[in-house]
Amino acid sequence: MTEDRNNRTCQEFQEHLADLIASGENVSNNPHLQTCANCRALLADLETIAEAARQLFPIEQPKEDLWDRIELAIQKEEGSARPD
Amino acid sequence: MPRSNSAKNSSSTSESGPTASLVGAADGAARTIMPSSNSPDANTLALAQAGDHHAFAQLYSIHKRRIYSLCLRMVGNAAEAEDLTQEAFLQLHRKIATFRGDSAFSTWLHRLAINVVLMHLRKKGLPVMSLDEAMEPSHDDGPGRSFGAPDLSLSGSIDRLALERAVAELPAGYRLIFVLHDVEGYEHNEIAGMLDCSIGNSKSQLHKARLKLRDALRTSLQKEGQQ
Repeated sequence: MTEDRNNRTCQEFQEHLADLIASGENVSNNPHLQTCANCRALLADLETIAEAARQLFPIEQPKEDLWDRIELAIQKEEGSARPD
Repeated sequence: MPRSNSAKNSSSTSESGPTASLVGAADGAARTIMPSSNSPDANTLALAQAGDHHAFAQLYSIHKRRIYSLCLRMVGNAAEAEDLTQEAFLQLHRKIATFRGDSAFSTWLHRLAINVVLMHLRKKGLPVMSLDEAMEPSHDDGPGRSFGAPDLSLSGSIDRLALERAVAELPAGYRLIFVLHDVEGYEHNEIAGMLDCSIGNSKSQLHKARLKLRDALRTSLQKEGQQ
């Protein structure tokens, strides 16, 4: 476990990491990271995951018959809404 | 407001600082909604709103891939995603006359579909937000803590299939937040509104989701290394 000059341990740093990231602050300037390769690697990995997420999941095609099912359900609804 | 892939890409290239992509919506980057090819012309929309069946079918044809893909990401199961897509378009059919054009139609439909998925997850009894322990009862220390000596890093590159697999295997609550924020581009305040939770909760769940993904990806890398 690494301690920075302010005696902040990895555990303490990582417990606050979600807040630091979400605050929009440039986390890479955080003093703990200047001395801790492990937490630098963690931050780099989280960055890589967030970047990769943007490329994730190609647009998928539903099955061809889905429209038939929807159409049928619409007709059913309209039929039951119609007065006898 | 969700961003299109193109908007995501442009925002990622214009940002500086290594944590810009982690912050996501908090950076205030401009968002566009959908590619213009997904915007039905006003005439088709007006006809569908007036009850024209062919116009409605055209709307389905334009938006089906996007809505189905969204459902698939959120529930991770093709059959369930089709059922939810069907429900989303049924709701669209019921509500389309109420669309007033305050937002882009595609944004409105996207939001409607997300609500359908959330309703579905709630009906299934899933605590959609905040109950980490209900989702992960065996995880005493939370995911992905990385104390101690430097170990296997993802080295700046991720196999897309491995990441998709890891996302599919996330507990549903984590997957939901990750997909809404990191994939769909919703901001924490929007997610908090949708899921009826605090903004802080949304931020913390997202962080935990990313940590869990890191764990899963590193495990997968380790396995590959052993082969």
